[in-house]
Amino acid sequence: MKSTDARLSYLLLAPALFILGSMALFPILVVIWLSLQRRLPIFNIATFVGVENYHFLVLDARFWNSLVNTLYFTTVSVVLELILGLAIAILLNRPFVARGWMRATLLIPWIIPTVVSARMWEWLYNVEFGILNYLLIIMGLSKEPLNWLGSPSWAIHAAIFMEVWKTTPFAAILFMAGLQTIPTELYHAARVDGATSWVVFRRITLPLLRPVILLVLLFRTLDAFRVFDAVYVLTGGGPANTTETLSIYTYKTLFQTLQFGYGSTLAVAMFGCVILISLVYLKLLGREYWRELAR
Amino acid sequence: MMRWSPFKKSSFLFLLFATVIFCVGPIVWQIVTSLKPDAELTLLPPILPEKPTLDHYVTVFREQPFSKIIVNSLVVASITTLLCLMIGSLASFALAWLDFKGKGVILGIALAISMFPPVAIVSPLYLIIQALDLRDTWWALVMTHTTFQLPLTLWILTSFFQEIPGEIYKAAQIDGCTPFQAFYKILLPLSAPGLSTAAILVFIFSWNEFLFALTFTTTEASRTIPVGIALFPGVHEVPYGDMAAASVIVILPVILVTLIFQRRIVEGLTAGAVKG
Repeated sequence: MKSTDARLSYLLLAPALFILGSMALFPILVVIWLSLQRRLPIFNIATFVGVENYHFLVLDARFWNSLVNTLYFTTVSVVLELILGLAIAILLNRPFVARGWMRATLLIPWIIPTVVSARMWEWLYNVEFGILNYLLIIMGLSKEPLNWLGSPSWAIHAAIFMEVWKTTPFAAILFMAGLQTIPTELYHAARVDGATSWVVFRRITLPLLRPVILLVLLFRTLDAFRVFDAVYVLTGGGPANTTETLSIYTYKTLFQTLQFGYGSTLAVAMFGCVILISLVYLKLLGREYWRELAR
Repeated sequence: MMRWSPFKKSSFLFLLFATVIFCVGPIVWQIVTSLKPDAELTLLPPILPEKPTLDHYVTVFREQPFSKIIVNSLVVASITTLLCLMIGSLASFALAWLDFKGKGVILGIALAISMFPPVAIVSPLYLIIQALDLRDTWWALVMTHTTFQLPLTLWILTSFFQEIPGEIYKAAQIDGCTPFQAFYKILLPLSAPGLSTAAILVFIFSWNEFLFALTFTTTEASRTIPVGIALFPGVHEVPYGDMAAASVIVILPVILVTLIFQRRIVEGLTAGAVKG
């Protein structure tokens, strides 16, 4: 019985494994191989150069710049998403008439194509005709129009703000699902004991929500780290490469300067970062579950 | 809510209102922009169009190959969804109901694939697609989208299938069903909600995908909506009115689907994340 089960299983899994293997796992090996070459497809150049590309990578100021940009973008946006997302989830975690509608509304920024959002925000951020500057000025928050996308110090924050707009609702929805697993009796008991809202949040909500928070953090960090569409369409990496993330630099190296070798080296570096981030989180999560089990 | 003081109630409503504005404000502004005649685009105030017009919508379809691009997106997303469901349901059937070693490893690899940066393997994929002579075809996108949506499909379907008790499968076998009969006569009909959840999410993700679409398409023959919007042509400057109209055409169906299926979508998103 068991062996027929196993044979059947592998048969059923074969198509899925074939696709994932040939289109996702095999390319990882190829990308490592490519990263050891000087490769320019249009000129049919492909020579093995060993670790030369990696040597160049370490000395490449533009790589370090894009890494710093990516880390800044990721950290700031994930922290903001977490705080705002939690706040929204707690706000909505009570019965009220239009709750289903509210949840649907939250899904909208996350579900519309990122490219469309980027174009939409480009228009909102427009220096002369953008509604954002108009509102800031009539509300007296700014004396002159801000050059959101054109100034090196503003552009990355404009991109972060758009990312926060797009993904906070997603975080909120996962937190809402997490909040529903907390038994309401706990809250009632705390109220009876005279606990303030802040104490309830610190002592009940936060600790019980910890696993969900860590998972959302993991997903969102990896997702923000690979950001491409949003920034590529909004700023194209400019001005003066101040918004150039690792994905954008890699993409430009591969498809604008057509260096498949060095571009693949950048790709491998990205992989390295992603694995590093995952390991840190898995360690945190692992400890969490272990503690749960020990209880 | 009845027990609340008027102050508490009104501040709750205010925060609710602020959240709604935060989420849909930018989209509303895009709709307003799409209805403004060109002359009014560079005027603020007025905020609302004084002479609302549908000109931009007409232009998008008349002067741009927009209908072709929409068809491309529909075809790619539909085929991707179909393939993901077919391949994914077979695999999830095994993962949820059958007894074999390595389930955790397979689901783990699938999760890892869904989390890694697509740009990191776009160079080998480009060479593969070039070698297969599939550049600028629907198939290049169908292949890559299916690969990257398959992990999500596996997670959603496996988690839905697991909720159907395995005893049903045993009972079906005793009644003389072959495993395959049990699969399509019993499991599939029972897990229709899971299948539709997966279908909606895969379709939307494929509809929205940009990086592969940008890399593997070169002309209108296969260009999808996100690429069309990103490369929106402008002679001197971006024609914001036309672009707003194009955006609205693209997002209205997505918003409609979201409003109708929000419960399913949330279920799908939380399937893996919250249950553990």
